[in-house]
Amino acid sequence: MSVVGERLQPTLFELGKHGRGGGKIPHPPKDALDRIPAAARRASAPALPELSELEVVRHYVNLSQLNYSVDTGFYPLGSCTMKFNPKLNEWAARLPGFAGLHPMAPDAVAQGTLQLLYELEAILAEISGMDAVTLQPAAGAQGELTGILVIRAYHRARGDTERCEVLVPDSSHGTNPATATMAGYRTVTIPSAPDGGVDIDAFKAALGPKTAAIMITNPSTLGLFETRIGELLEATHAAGALAYMDGANLNAILGRFKPGEAGFDVMHFNTHKTFSTPHGGGGPGAGPVGARASLAPYLPAPRVIREADGTYRLERTGERPSSIGRMRSFFGSTGVLVRAYAYLRAHGDSGLREVSDDAVLAANYLKARLAGSYDIPFERACKHEFVASAAGIKHRTGVRTLDIAKRLIDKGYHPPTIYFPLTVEEAMLIEPTETETLETLDGFADALIEIAHEAEADPGVVTSAPHDAPVRRLDEATAARQPNLRWRAMTGEQTPCPD
Amino acid sequence: MLETIGISSVDELFDDIPRALRASPLRLDPPEPELELAARLTALAARNRTDLASFLGAGAYRHWSPPAVDQLLLRGEWYTAYTPYQPEVSQGTLQSIYEYQSLLAELTGLDVVSASHYDGGAATAEAALMTCRATGRGRLLVSRAIHPHYRGTLATYADGAGLAVDEIPLVAEGPLAGTTDLGALARLLADSDHPVAGVVVAQPNVLGLLEDMPEVGRLAHAAGALFVSVIEPVSLAVLAPPGAYAADIAAGEGQPLGIPLGYGGPYLGIVACTDALMRQIPGRLVGLTKDLDGRRAFVMTMRAREQDIRRERAASNICTNQALLALAASIYLATIGPHGLRDVAALGAVHASELAAALAAVGAPRLHAGPYLNELVVRVPDAPAVHARLLDRGVLAGIPTAELLPDEPALADGLLVCATEVTTPAEIARFAEALRAELAGPVMAEAVR
Repeated sequence: MSVVGERLQPTLFELGKHGRGGGKIPHPPKDALDRIPAAARRASAPALPELSELEVVRHYVNLSQLNYSVDTGFYPLGSCTMKFNPKLNEWAARLPGFAGLHPMAPDAVAQGTLQLLYELEAILAEISGMDAVTLQPAAGAQGELTGILVIRAYHRARGDTERCEVLVPDSSHGTNPATATMAGYRTVTIPSAPDGGVDIDAFKAALGPKTAAIMITNPSTLGLFETRIGELLEATHAAGALAYMDGANLNAILGRFKPGEAGFDVMHFNTHKTFSTPHGGGGPGAGPVGARASLAPYLPAPRVIREADGTYRLERTGERPSSIGRMRSFFGSTGVLVRAYAYLRAHGDSGLREVSDDAVLAANYLKARLAGSYDIPFERACKHEFVASAAGIKHRTGVRTLDIAKRLIDKGYHPPTIYFPLTVEEAMLIEPTETETLETLDGFADALIEIAHEAEADPGVVTSAPHDAPVRRLDEATAARQPNLRWRAMTGEQTPCPD
Repeated sequence: MLETIGISSVDELFDDIPRALRASPLRLDPPEPELELAARLTALAARNRTDLASFLGAGAYRHWSPPAVDQLLLRGEWYTAYTPYQPEVSQGTLQSIYEYQSLLAELTGLDVVSASHYDGGAATAEAALMTCRATGRGRLLVSRAIHPHYRGTLATYADGAGLAVDEIPLVAEGPLAGTTDLGALARLLADSDHPVAGVVVAQPNVLGLLEDMPEVGRLAHAAGALFVSVIEPVSLAVLAPPGAYAADIAAGEGQPLGIPLGYGGPYLGIVACTDALMRQIPGRLVGLTKDLDGRRAFVMTMRAREQDIRRERAASNICTNQALLALAASIYLATIGPHGLRDVAALGAVHASELAAALAAVGAPRLHAGPYLNELVVRVPDAPAVHARLLDRGVLAGIPTAELLPDEPALADGLLVCATEVTTPAEIARFAEALRAELAGPVMAEAVR
């Protein structure tokens, strides 16, 4: 195979040459490590690449050019809320007072950060209609695990130990059933109703003395509001179970629906979705969890406390023995939370409602534009995202959703989420977000419509796409069968340490 | 837009929310213009104290991060992309993750590195869970000398999964004081009614001391258990890597690799393992492959372990992880280079020696006899009170061991202090002088002032 194409880059290891780099750190005396027993010391230096700073900079700048990103184009990846990341937030997180603060610093040293975190808890509680919020979980999935462990602790504290099941709809995110397993619960998957929504009657039938919780994404992963959710929440509570809301789709309902007011008991927020903290190529996120007052005693520790004199402190070890404990070290992903706080303050009461209004408007507009060219399995008003399907195109032409996604790359767009939810054939989950212009939405709709025409007229050009990306389609089967997960050539030749 | 949709107002799009369930008005402040918000944030940041001479480590470390690291991270092509689901337009992220896996494999001496976990605590917990899946056993032995937050996280995860956790005590006195009690470990492993899946020990441990890791590995393996080594990545430039002492899994906190302290995150959870455990490792993996034209390319692989494919049978629920922090660590390692990393670790050791000598000279000798790298406990009577008074003198004197490990009577009078390459002689002198004044009593303290 050729090592690199026109735009592809050699690896760090191929670039490295002995003797390059240096000049960053003073050299310690030669006997610096003599007091460390030889048996505990490394026998030979790690064979890391040696590069000049210029080489490192070019490597990473050139590699970055192989990425598609929100800053370079429209990224309608459904379920992920790829909205614009305001630059003020990056600046804020890097303020030395925030960025340089040690996580074990005494409370007296950390008053600014503690105040920000305390205020953020209150803002999230107001948005969600929940009574208490923990900021500790490091991502949405960890927030889910936190929430389900809190629910388990609640049942246990009441001596209600027979509950061993969590009900999830088949359209749920994969994290929901995976979370239930990690919390020691059995997942019961409930098939969706024909209208795409949660089958409320099937859920009600499955509820019982074994049910610990239901996990519902609302709006659903199809972008539809669950209109009978009130009925389901009542039935859940009547069965003695609790209701968890996966907050992945909160971007659709800010100021319109507060899960806590409606009767959900616990929910998580994805700051990297709803509150514009950057997705980072796959993280970091943050997954704060809100809960009603009856569950607050079980939230992870430590939380932030405001004293009567207006100072702030962290809960002390053991101060709240009912807590499920820690989900991670230290306070949480504070740098992410600083960004979310800045976003929430920038938008305020009216701005947050506008966020959802505009996100929902954009999604419905795109859905209307595509209706003549793609199957729209659920015609009612969507929320912030909607499902289109290429099932009809596939039956007529053999062109699949995967092909259409790859062809979108040629036309300058990041593809939507594809083949999710699993309940819709040839699904494309499209989420435009509120931050895009009408011109951008129209350009994307035009591109998708053009591809639908191409599929009929010249399917080959679609099935062989992308034609204009740094690489063509990849051999994923070989990658999985014969995994090559690290660079190995380097291990044969270790570069000697100069001193 | 409304006309295209066929409605007359945006409100109609929300008609599907039942009236009874509609939200009460948001009681939040109005939108804040950027200028005012920037002033608010500046003022909040300024309320954190940054004027202290800090000797605080305990799992998060001050280091020099070359400005190239953050400037490269600020490219939008990196931080405003997402998980590389479409590899044709994500080769930048994919190659950077493959390089991260390779760099960390070299550093740890292990084969397979996942493309990141949340932090050292969650990484340690996931590593412990891996040993249970791999062995089919349900009992874990965890040293009391791993970071208490990691122990806490592991306990939460283990409770969720229905696993038993026993703690291995510390040696209380003598030359091995402060290290994991290997005699106790052997006895805990000998309980054949409750076979052990994994043994979890840190190097250096939370008190800064070096453990006899090869012996831990021998004991664990003799009992059919797997061995999880909790590592600090900078130290691996000079300390034997987990692969050299037969650890099966390494877990740890990647923050020291160029990532700001930031009051606890976002950080970088490191998990690495042997080839034999490849199918058990949770989180994303990137592999090398080729495209239709034979060009070398990178792709997420072995996805059948993951939650979006496997659902309730997945290896973990982890989805969004810490890709940007893995990138930061890679850029840091590439910029600082192997010799730079060694200098960082060795200079930290030198400064720690100087710190230990300066504190001993004012009446605060080391509490333990064993070897350490760059973090150590010094004996200070009434340490929490002294620590608080030193703060008034502008010194963040590490952390009182009585607060870090409250259940260890042997640690009642200790301060855990740390030095790195950025620690200066002036800071050490400031600490020593302030401590001399405190230990000399109130009269002397006044005189020194």
